[in-house]
Parts: sequence; structure tokens; C-alpha cells
Amino acid sequence: MAKTSPEEEHPVKAFGWAARDTSGHLSPFNFSRRATGEEDVRFKVLYCGICHSDLHNIKNEWGFSIYPMVPGHEIVGEVTAVGSKVKKVKVGDKVGVGCMVDACHNCESCANDLENYCPKVILTYNGISSYGTVTYGGYSDSMVAKERYVVRIPDGMPLDSAAPLLCAGITVYSPLKYFGLGEPGKHIGIVGLGGLGHLAVKFAKALGSKITVISTSPSKKAEALEHLGADSFLVSRDQDELQAAMGTFDGIIDTVSAVHPVVPLLGLLKSNGKLIMVGAPNEPLELPVFSLIIGRKTMAGSGIGGMKETQEMIDFAAKHNIKADIEVISMDYVNKAMERLAKGDVRYRFVIDIGNTLAATKP
Amino acid sequence: MSKSAEEEHPQKAFGWAATDNSGTLSPFHFSRRDNGEHDVTVKILYCGVCHSDLHFVRNDWGFTRYPIVPGHEIVGVATKIGTNVTKFKVGDRVGVGVIIGSCKTCECCQQDLENYCPRVIFTYNSHNPDGTRNYGGYSDMIVVDEQYVLRFPDNLSPDAGAPLLCAGITVYSPMKYYGMTEAGKHLGVAGLGGLGHVAVKIGKAFGLRVTVISSSPKKESEAIDRLGADSFLVSNDPEKMKSAIGTMDYIIDTVSAIHPLLPLLSLLKMNGKLVTVGLPDKPLELPIFPLVMGRKLVGGSDIGGMKETQEMLDFCAKHNITADIELIRMDDINTAMERLAKSDVKYRFVIDVANSLS
Repeated sequence: MAKTSPEEEHPVKAFGWAARDTSGHLSPFNFSRRATGEEDVRFKVLYCGICHSDLHNIKNEWGFSIYPMVPGHEIVGEVTAVGSKVKKVKVGDKVGVGCMVDACHNCESCANDLENYCPKVILTYNGISSYGTVTYGGYSDSMVAKERYVVRIPDGMPLDSAAPLLCAGITVYSPLKYFGLGEPGKHIGIVGLGGLGHLAVKFAKALGSKITVISTSPSKKAEALEHLGADSFLVSRDQDELQAAMGTFDGIIDTVSAVHPVVPLLGLLKSNGKLIMVGAPNEPLELPVFSLIIGRKTMAGSGIGGMKETQEMIDFAAKHNIKADIEVISMDYVNKAMERLAKGDVRYRFVIDIGNTLAATKP
Repeated sequence: MSKSAEEEHPQKAFGWAATDNSGTLSPFHFSRRDNGEHDVTVKILYCGVCHSDLHFVRNDWGFTRYPIVPGHEIVGVATKIGTNVTKFKVGDRVGVGVIIGSCKTCECCQQDLENYCPRVIFTYNSHNPDGTRNYGGYSDMIVVDEQYVLRFPDNLSPDAGAPLLCAGITVYSPMKYYGMTEAGKHLGVAGLGGLGHVAVKIGKAFGLRVTVISSSPKKESEAIDRLGADSFLVSNDPEKMKSAIGTMDYIIDTVSAIHPLLPLLSLLKMNGKLVTVGLPDKPLELPIFPLVMGRKLVGGSDIGGMKETQEMLDFCAKHNITADIELIRMDDINTAMERLAKSDVKYRFVIDVANSLS
């Protein structure tokens, strides 16, 4: 029996852009979404951030891509319908959806508001929904998601620059809080100045930490110090600078997803210092165990955050006027944007103006 | 011109030393300083043979200076007490572990973490600020600043308790620091040697459920019947490892051979912690995805400070924990080292120094 097509799977028509194969080339795509259930929030998508994960996924760089794929998990829009049990938002409210749309709600992680660590978490796109259908993300005209996975965007918060917070923002906010690095008196390093890194600087500043941006490229120094407000800048390829900074950091947030040496970063840590990986290289890194043992240092990972914490992060960002630095693009620019993203040519997130430019691309 | 080992200091001393990277030990005359006002002179009764001793005598890590007198699991009797010493009196049973000095003024020292002091002085293979060299516990006596001497509990056997001075604190300290002490939680101990077997005993004393993870299936009955572990997991059995995925709150990795970390990380629950205390001589491969997907942590730990080492000894005294040892004579040390290199010991050799050194 033939599989139901994406257009027929669900009762409500939807339109977006999808990648069909590992070339990652995106193009118009008709599909469908479920009807608004009693716990659901349905919204018209206004903006969607382009996360570097979208690029990895459309090209199947991690090996688990399902095609056709509609990426996008930094989604912001306006509510058009709510289910009968929904209390958090009403029609007309501004909302966002991030990297996940469901979980088991029965395990220890879910009970602790850590749906992101649930072994049965369902991702916003490239996941398998409870209906057995593939989930489609925010490069599309509408979204429907359970209330639990929808965050309220506070009134007055600009929507385009809020979109990247739904993934990049929570990805750096969560470990700053959990590992005790985002607080006055702490000196932290941020490795890599891209989508994640620039937001890490902004959040860490707002939390009161002293910040050094660590980069292989001296060209980012002025940006880091003058525009983003970092306290200092360290060129990681400069041996003298590295040596002078050894043992001065309480923690380092490493956003770099390419394979890179961690020994110099461990050397920068004070005793009991923590190196937190939020970029995920897809090859193992070399770890001389001595580098952890001398000084009782730690390496840990962190992946996005739970829904409660994501709402907390959005509210914090609204209060402290933290916005992503973005380049707004039209839907039909997306393939060019992906090429530029692969070369790191963006300050610091592309955001697709879905509300104003998607409809025009319908064939 | 630097003085010879025999002439460096005023007091004659005798021990066994290795003189080259064959690691073969033989009788060695040297000297120790006079007992200063803060010092305790210790007549050495027993000294544990730590795996680090083997690495050092063979220069496995590349920074051995010969001649080297190893030994940092020392139990003895105080025979002289400096005028400013307050914690000990002549006749007290005492212990000396891995460190005998530190700067005393840095942030680490102020927090009782002398082991992390950048100017820490190790019991052997080190030198003092005045340039003189330090020799360890495979010898008849040692002179140590009071701050680095431990009270050895009366109810612990001095021979079986000697390995606690390094192996004991090496596992006790990270268990406290990383919060691996919540009764009922599940601890995995990877490797069942000197460190591993003590970790099992201390883990059980904290009320943890303990699983030994080992590549040798024949260690199972030892682990469960003799050491009291709750279960045993054969690390190169893929089926068994698969069924144990995501079941452990913590893992202490004592394995010093190169080994893959991914299987161990998979055993951890979300937010699980893996602490490495073994010292492989080459880097390990650390996959990052499992850390990010499960917010897991890999941490190191390096012995413990003096205050915590005393706390560990008192904890072991309360729970009657000592090492499982094989007592040897000093002149059997080279055979013991060869056996240790093949892990042929349950689970620590201890040299009966007082009765066999001369």
C-alpha cells in the first residue's frame, strides 16, 4: 500500500521549503499539519532563524536525516487558534517554538522539566511524531504544537531578533546557569564567535560574569570588545597570549563544532574549572587525562534546555534587552544563505522573514 | 658542585632505589634533614607499592630523576617531634602519603587543597626550594613537616591500611567532590586493581549500589563474594553492556591502559558523571555527542588535600576499611614490580619495611 503523501497525511494544508536530498538544496514544498487538538496552539509563522544544525541536517552530515526535510527550530509567530485546554496563550499572542515538540512526560527528565534530555524527545523537525509521521519545522507558513512546547514572547520584544533565542539562546543560557558560570565574580571564556558565541557573550554579561572571547582569528577582536561588550579577547593561536592567561578562567563555553584541540582550553582553566561543550564535533576529541586530573577539571556537555528554562530565558532576554544580531532574508535567499553560513559569513544568524516572503514563492 | 645523596643532609638513611629506566631497585644509602621545629621523624613500618611507583621507576612518564626511592603509602611511628609540633607525640602511629610540602599561601593551600597547589612537593621524585631532593618510603625513615603527616587510626591494621594513603584518598576525594555519595545511587567502578577494589569498599560504605566493570570475567566472584560489589559487568560483552545502558549515576574509571570512553559514557544516566583517576600514558578519545545529548560530565581528580586525607582515614577506621594486600619483604620488590606490571596481585603489595629492610 502506498505511503500517504506529505500533502495528505494530515487534514490542514501547509506550505514551506524542504530539502529533498543530501545536496541540501531547498525548494517549495506542499505538505500538511494536524488539526488543532485540545492541548495545541496553532500559529502563523512570522520568522524562523537558520540554525547551523539546519545546515548539518539538510546535508545529512550527522547521518540521520529523513527527506523531504523542512528544517527550522527557531520559530516565532502569532497565535491563530488554541485548543480547549490551552491556558498559556490566546489568539493574537506572539509565541515561539524551539527544538522539540513532544516528549514522554513519564520519565525522570520530564518530571524535572528537562524534556530535552528525555530519551523519547520528539524534535521539531526530522523527528517522528506520535502519529508516526515525520515532523516538519519552521521554514513554513504555520506551526501547530502542544502548549507545553510553546513559549510566550513578551509584549514589545522584537520578533525577528527573538527567533534565534529559541535554540541558540537556550543552548548557551542553560549551561551558564546549570554549571554556575553566569554570575558576578566568575571569569568565563567563550570559544567561537558565531550564532551561539555572540549570544553567550550577551547572556553572560547580563548575568554579571567577566567575559573573554577566545578565537583563532584576531579580526573579531573589535567586534567582541566594542560591539558585544566582552571584557577581553584572546587569540588562541598566540602562544604568548595563551600562556599569560593560563589558570585564569572559572569556566569556558565552547561553541566550536569543528574538531579542535581541548588541551589549551583546559590549561586556561583554574583548578576545579569547567569546560562546557555546546558545539558537537562529530569526531571524538583527544583527551589527555592528565589535563583533567591536574587541577581537578571537568568537561561536560549541554544540549538546549527544558521548556520551563526556555521560557525563563526568553523572559530574561526581554528584561535585559538581549537580542540576537541578525540578517533578515527572504525565503528565496535561503540556499545562498546556507552557502554563506557554511563559510561563517554571517553576523551572526540569518532569520527568514517568513511572514512577508514565503507566500510569494508558492508555485 | 652538588652534594651526593649521602652527603646532602646530616642524618644517614637507607632504602632501595632505582638508578635507571630498567626500574630495577637495589640498596641505596642517602640522607635526610635534621628534625626541624615543625617536623616529625617517622620510623617507617610499612610502605604500599603504588602503580605510580612502577611508572616512575621505569620513567614511563618521562620525568623521573635517578636515583629514585619510590613509596608514598607510608605507615610508621613518630620517633622525634619538633618543638613547634602540636598534633603528634613520640610513639604515635602516623601516615605519610603523596605530598610532603606546598606553598601554604595560595588559594588552593588556604582551602586545604594542597594537592592542587602549583608548588606542591611530592614525597618522592621532587626537590625542595633549597634544591635538595626528596626520597620516598621504600626506606627506613622520613622527616616530614607536621602539616603533611596524618594520624593513623589505632583500629586500622598498619600494613593493610598503608595503601589508603594514596589509593584510598584517590577514590574518596572525587566521590565527595562530585557528589557520588548519595545512598541508593548506582556507582560503576571500572577496573579492579589497587584503586578499584578500594573504590568498591568505600562505595559500599557510602550506601551505594556498586557494579564492577571489568574486561576479566574471572574477577566476578572476587568482586561480588569477597569485595561486596552488587553486580559485575563484563566490559567487552556487547550484550551485557547494551542492557546496562543509562543505568549508572556515577562511574569511577581507574583503568590506566588506553581504553574507549564511549561505552562507559553510555552506561551513565542523564546528568551522569564519569571521573577518571587512572593515568593512561596516551590521550583517550572523548566523543562529545554523548556529553551534549545527556549533559554528562567527565572530570579528573588528583589525590586529596591533607584535611580530606585525614577525613578519609577516619572514615575508613569507622567502617573498618583497609586494602586487600600481599605483604612482601624489601628484597622481593623487583619480583613484585614484575608481577604488578602484569596485574598479578590482589590488590596491593605492601613492603614490610621495618622487618626486612636491613
